[in-house]
Amino acid sequence: MLPSYLTVAAILFCIGLYGALVKRNAIIVLLSLELMLNAVNLNLVAFSKYGVVPSLTGQIFSLFTITVAAAEAAIGVAILFALFRLRGTVNVDEFDKMRR
Amino acid sequence: MEMYSQAAWLIPLFPLAAFLVLTALGRSFRRAGVLIGTLGSLAAFVLSLFIVIDRLDANTVDYNYAFDWMKIGDYTLRIGFEVTNLTAMMLVVVTLVSFLVNVYSAGYMKNDERITVFYGYVSLFTFSMLGLVLSDNLLSLYIFWELVGVCSFLLVGFWYAKPKARAAAKKAFIVTRIGDAGLLLGILLLFWYMPGHALDFTTIQSVFDGQSGAITTGITTLIALLIFLGAVGKSGQFPLHVWLPDAMEGPTPISALIHAATMVAAGVFLIARTYDIFQDSAAAMETVAYIGGFTAIFAATIALAQNDIKRILAYSTVSQLGYMMMALGLGSLTGGVFHLFTHAFFKALLFLGAGSIIHAVHTQNIHEMGGLGAKMKVTAWTFAIGALALSGIPPLSGFWSKDMILTAAFETNPLLFFVGLAAAFCTALYMSRLFFLVFTGKPGAASSGAQESPVTMTLPLVVLAVPAVAAGFVETPWNGWFGSWLSGEAEAAHGSGVAIVASIAVGLLGIYVGWLVYGKGSVSRTALADRVPWLVKLLERSYYVDELYAVFVVKPLKLLGAILIVIDEYVIGGLVRLTGIATVSAGRLAARLQNGQVQTYSLAAVIGFVIIVIALVGRRFLP
Repeated sequence: MLPSYLTVAAILFCIGLYGALVKRNAIIVLLSLELMLNAVNLNLVAFSKYGVVPSLTGQIFSLFTITVAAAEAAIGVAILFALFRLRGTVNVDEFDKMRR
Repeated sequence: MEMYSQAAWLIPLFPLAAFLVLTALGRSFRRAGVLIGTLGSLAAFVLSLFIVIDRLDANTVDYNYAFDWMKIGDYTLRIGFEVTNLTAMMLVVVTLVSFLVNVYSAGYMKNDERITVFYGYVSLFTFSMLGLVLSDNLLSLYIFWELVGVCSFLLVGFWYAKPKARAAAKKAFIVTRIGDAGLLLGILLLFWYMPGHALDFTTIQSVFDGQSGAITTGITTLIALLIFLGAVGKSGQFPLHVWLPDAMEGPTPISALIHAATMVAAGVFLIARTYDIFQDSAAAMETVAYIGGFTAIFAATIALAQNDIKRILAYSTVSQLGYMMMALGLGSLTGGVFHLFTHAFFKALLFLGAGSIIHAVHTQNIHEMGGLGAKMKVTAWTFAIGALALSGIPPLSGFWSKDMILTAAFETNPLLFFVGLAAAFCTALYMSRLFFLVFTGKPGAASSGAQESPVTMTLPLVVLAVPAVAAGFVETPWNGWFGSWLSGEAEAAHGSGVAIVASIAVGLLGIYVGWLVYGKGSVSRTALADRVPWLVKLLERSYYVDELYAVFVVKPLKLLGAILIVIDEYVIGGLVRLTGIATVSAGRLAARLQNGQVQTYSLAAVIGFVIIVIALVGRRFLP
C-alpha cells in the first residue's frame, strides 16, 4: 500500500513544484506551496501507518504542519497585499529588485 | 690611548645631521644652509684631525667596534667601524677636501637657485664617503659604496636642465654599476668561501695570509679580480673610464671633491683595504698593475689633445689613478696610498683653480683663455703649484709619491717603469700646455672681463696649496715614515738614483717642450697636427672608445631593449590583457544569471538538487 501513497504524494509535490517555479501569479505560487506542504503531510501520515515502525507521531506532526501552513498562508497573503499596494501587481516576474 | 678613535663613529654623523637639516628645512633659508653644510664638514674635519694626531704615535693599535646586526640561523652578521692608520689618513683627506669644497662652493654656487639642495647633496656625499672609509666589513662598505655612487649621480646631474648633464649623470651611474656588479659578486663569493662567512677586514686579513690555504688560489684570483672590477668602475680605470670625463658636466667643486680627491680614490682604497686577498694571487696583482699602467699612459695621451680645461684634468685624474693602481699591482701598497694622499690635495687644488677660472671667464675652452695670470694672481700661483706637483717636480708632494711608484716599477717591472716614465712626460706636457695657454700669452676671447674670484674661493686654493707642496715629505727616499706608519712595520729606506733622475728629467723635459710650443712659441702648435693629423684626431676623440662602445655595446643593448619592449608590449601585455578580457566576460556572463527572478534561482536550486540526487542514486548502479 505504501508505494501508492508515496506516488500520489510525489505527483502532488511535483505539481506544486511546477506551479511554484512556473506560475506568474503570486497567489498561484502560494497555492502551489500549499500543495507541496500537503504532499509532505501525505507522506507523514502514510509512513505513520505503513512505515517500518508505525506510530502516531507522524499524524500528530502533520497536524502541526497544517497549523504552520495556515499561519504561513496568512503571512504570505498579507505580504502579497502589501506588495500589491506598493507595486500594483502580483506578477512574480516583476518583483526583480534583487537584480541590482 | 686611542680615545679619539673610539669616537670615530661620530665623524660621519656630523655631515649626516647637516644633510637631514638641509633636506628638512633647506628651502626656507639660503645663507644659513651654506653655514650648516660647512659646519658639518668642519666638525668632521676637526675630529678626524684629532684622531690622526692621536695615532701618530707608532704604537697605536687598530680600533674596532662591532655589534650584532642580525642573526640568521646560526649565522650572525656583525657590523661596525674600524680605525686603522689607513682609514685615519683617508678621514683627514676626505673631511679636509670636503670642508674646503664647502667653503669654496659658497662663492662658486652663490647665484644658484638650489644652493641648499647642493649643500645637502654634498653633506650626504661626505657622510657616505666617511662611512665607506670607516666600515669594518665589506658589506657595509658596499652599502656606502653604492651611496657615494648615488650622490655622484645626483651631483653630476645637478644642473639637470642641461641635457648633457642628464646624460652624463646616467652614464656615470650605469658605467660604475658594471663595476659595482663585479664587486657584489666578489663579496658574495667571499661570503661563500670564507670560514664562518665572515666579511670583516680583520678576518679577511687572517685568512689570506698566504699560507692558511683555506681558499684555493683559483678562487682567490677570481675574488680579487671581481673586487678589482668594482675598483675599475669607481676609479675610472680602462675600460670603464668613459664616465669620468663626462662627469665633468657637474659643478666644478663636485669635480674636485668627488671626481678627483675622494670617491674615485675609493677604488684604490678598496684594494688597499683588501690587499691581503690580492697578495695571495700573483695573477690578480699583475692584472691590477698592467691595467693601471695602461690606464696611466692611455689617459695621459688623451689629455694632451683635449681643449676643455675640466676634461684635461679629468683625464689627468684617470691617468693618476692608473698610477696608483699600478703601484698597488706592483706590490707597493705604500706607493699607491701615498699617491692617493698627495694626489687628493693637488688635484682638488687644480680643479678648484679651474673652477675659479671658469667662474671668471665663463668658458671651459682653454684656447679662449690666455693672459689670465696677471688678472688672477692667487689662482695662477696656486694653480702653478698644483700643476708642478702633478708634473712631479721636486720638492712638491707629487714628486715624492710618483717617484716612489716609479722606483717600485724600476725594481720589479722595467716595462711598467718605462710606461710610467712616458705617462709622467705626458703629464708634465699637458699640464704645461694647460698652464701656458690659460695664464700666459695674449688675452684670449673670453678673458677680457676676467677678475680674481672672491675670497671664499681663493682661500681654499691657498689652504690646499700647503699640503700640495708639503704633503710629500712624510715619505721620502731616505725617510720611510709614512710607509711604516701605514703598515705598522719598519720599512727600509728605498729609493733608486736612476728612478729619481729619470723622473725629474722627464718632468722637466715635458714642461720644457710645453713651454717651447705654448709658452715661447718657437715650435708651431700645429706642427704635429700637420704631420700626423690622424694621431691628433685619435687623441682628440679619446681613441674613439665612446664610439666603439656605442657601436658594440650601446647599439646592441638598445636593439635588445627594443625587442624586449615589443615582447613586453605584445606577449606579456597581451597575456595581461587576455586575463582581463577573460575575467570581464566571465563576470558579464555571471551577471546575466543574476536576473532578480526568484523563480529562476529556485529552478537552479532544483536542478542542482536533482543532479545531486542523480549522482548519489546513480552511484549504486555503477559497477
